[in-house]
Amino acid sequence: MREKIIIGLAIFAGGLLAWNMNTIFTGLPDELNQGAIYRIIYFHVPANILGMLGFGLGMLLSIGYLVTKDLRYDALAASVTEVSLVFASIGLATGSIWARIIWGVWWAWDVRLTSWLVCWLIFGGYLMLRRAVDEPNQRARFAAVVSILGSVNAYICYESIRWWNTQHPQPVLTIRDGGGMAPGMEAPIYWNVLALACFSVILVMVRMRQEAVANEIDTLRRMAHAQ
Amino acid sequence: MNALEIADVWKYYGDFPALRAVALTIEPGSTLALLGRNGAGKTTLLRIVAGLSRPSRGSIKIQGADARDEGTRRRIGVLGHGIALYDELSAIENLTLFGRLYNLPAPRKRADEMLERVGLARVRDGLAREFSRGMRQRLAVGRAFLHDPEVLLLDEPFTALDDRAIAVLQSMIKEMRDRGRTIIMSTHQLREALDLASHVALLQRGQIVHTGERTQQMLDDTGWLYRTYGEN
Amino acid sequence: MFLRSFIHDVWTIAVKDLHAELRTKEAWNASIAFSVVILLLFSFAFDPSSEQIREFSGGLLWMTYAFAGALVLNRSFARELQNDCLDALIASPVSSPALFVGKALANFALLLAVELVSLPVFVLFYNLPWGTAQVGPMLLVLMLGTWALTVIGTLFSALTVNLRLRELMLPTLVYPMMIPALIAAITVTTNVLDGNPSGLGIRLLAAFDIIFTLLAVVFVDTVLVG
Repeated sequence: MREKIIIGLAIFAGGLLAWNMNTIFTGLPDELNQGAIYRIIYFHVPANILGMLGFGLGMLLSIGYLVTKDLRYDALAASVTEVSLVFASIGLATGSIWARIIWGVWWAWDVRLTSWLVCWLIFGGYLMLRRAVDEPNQRARFAAVVSILGSVNAYICYESIRWWNTQHPQPVLTIRDGGGMAPGMEAPIYWNVLALACFSVILVMVRMRQEAVANEIDTLRRMAHAQ
Repeated sequence: MNALEIADVWKYYGDFPALRAVALTIEPGSTLALLGRNGAGKTTLLRIVAGLSRPSRGSIKIQGADARDEGTRRRIGVLGHGIALYDELSAIENLTLFGRLYNLPAPRKRADEMLERVGLARVRDGLAREFSRGMRQRLAVGRAFLHDPEVLLLDEPFTALDDRAIAVLQSMIKEMRDRGRTIIMSTHQLREALDLASHVALLQRGQIVHTGERTQQMLDDTGWLYRTYGEN
Repeated sequence: MFLRSFIHDVWTIAVKDLHAELRTKEAWNASIAFSVVILLLFSFAFDPSSEQIREFSGGLLWMTYAFAGALVLNRSFARELQNDCLDALIASPVSSPALFVGKALANFALLLAVELVSLPVFVLFYNLPWGTAQVGPMLLVLMLGTWALTVIGTLFSALTVNLRLRELMLPTLVYPMMIPALIAAITVTTNVLDGNPSGLGIRLLAAFDIIFTLLAVVFVDTVLVG
């Protein structure tokens, strides 16, 4: 059943992605000021959206673990955060490539890029912490605290950097104020969000399985030592 | 009201149960010897009773209140594996510190009395790190008994003690027992423990397999209990 | 009643930590030496006589403080591991929040002392203009910024105390979390040394301090008691 869901999602997401890529690369014209590279926005924005949602979801799941002490919340939190970290990496990398082409610099210390990088560092630390703790309940406890504090910190970081000048281009999606993107160009962003969201569900399911097996091995090892 | 009520306590490390359905009732004034092999769960259980760790399931009630309650912790004394003293502080400073932490009315005076009791009054201003091992252990005993606890938790207290420290500890335990305090002692040193104990509980792989009064037979044949339950 | 015993416990813990530290002076010596050396090294990296040094004076100062502070903060809970003192503290009637605040105050005092000692060194090495009007704002940003470092560092010291990779995990977790506070502290310090203090950064630091002190007090028990 589980495998069927994964395969089903993979086919759907793969198909959607392929259709979307077709639209992006052949259907849409180049943008006026930016040229061909603007297409990177179709990966940059979805990756960042999903990454942010994921970190937020991870924080909620962490609170869930602390309240219920059910390790499944922890497994889900870890999986979601790990997948989000991957998306954050994609977001940072695509942003950097775009910046190099458009602004001529690999990196710019503006609000969104910088706070996203700090976010990446915080949750990278979260994953490192998980590796450093052997006992599952202790690991879940510590990870939950770091996830909650990290999420609050990431938000404060964003606000704190915002008080300084920003170099990031003004928002171009119509759902935000001051949007300026042609309607035809905007839709593929959302389709990609959907496709990548499906992929992330698959990744989370795989990761959860991994977590369950790891816990089982840990338990067996403890039982063996107790003999 | 019972001194200690342990009801259906489980402790999981991951999915591995270090303690399973542990249930124990200890009446005030009794001295319980908690026996079991290494890894049976004695230290795990004592740490939960001491409030250092929480059970995964079940409850611990000490004199009717939760183990982590501030009032409860004031009435418990703990002597663990480490001596729990600060090397950089002197004997009197160490005991005065703990006197303050336990809200004693005259911490310094009480600390002096205790140093006298454990035979360290002479070295009251010496730093703990300069003490010999036996002296450090006597100071640790002083710390554990300092606030006149109603419930004492001792984790393998006789292990690696020198003769003088053993004598001090034994006399203080007897004194507590005579004053109606409750004592729980986990141990390997069957002889000393069974001597002092009024009750016995045997832990095997996280489960209580025997609990009851200490009998003469146990005193005469210290290995009896382990053999009866299939351990050697 | 509760407040009085809380303050009493906090005070006992803070005094104990400071007392023990001043006896050995291990962290104190290491921290001061480290901060002076770093300031010296930075002066080779950046020409101290140039005009531009004013622009990153705040940055240099707070980087130094953050690194030197780690030496103090790491030891905070680590010192309790010896002889199993941490267990004795947790088993005692002292509440986890009181234990945390007591240690944080002791760390704060130590860090502030290190900073006040290295500040004149910094001003001297880098030929910074200094006037009495700057003392007030400087002290304010020092205190707010140092409390931010302390609160994060002490909480994570508690979290990492039992981990086998403590020396690695503490900086990995702590430095990213300190970034918002460091950004604010650096900007305000640079402005103060330049002669025009701003209110915005101070408010941000104060907000950071309040939020994270609250979070730390809420979560410290979860971290300490398994």
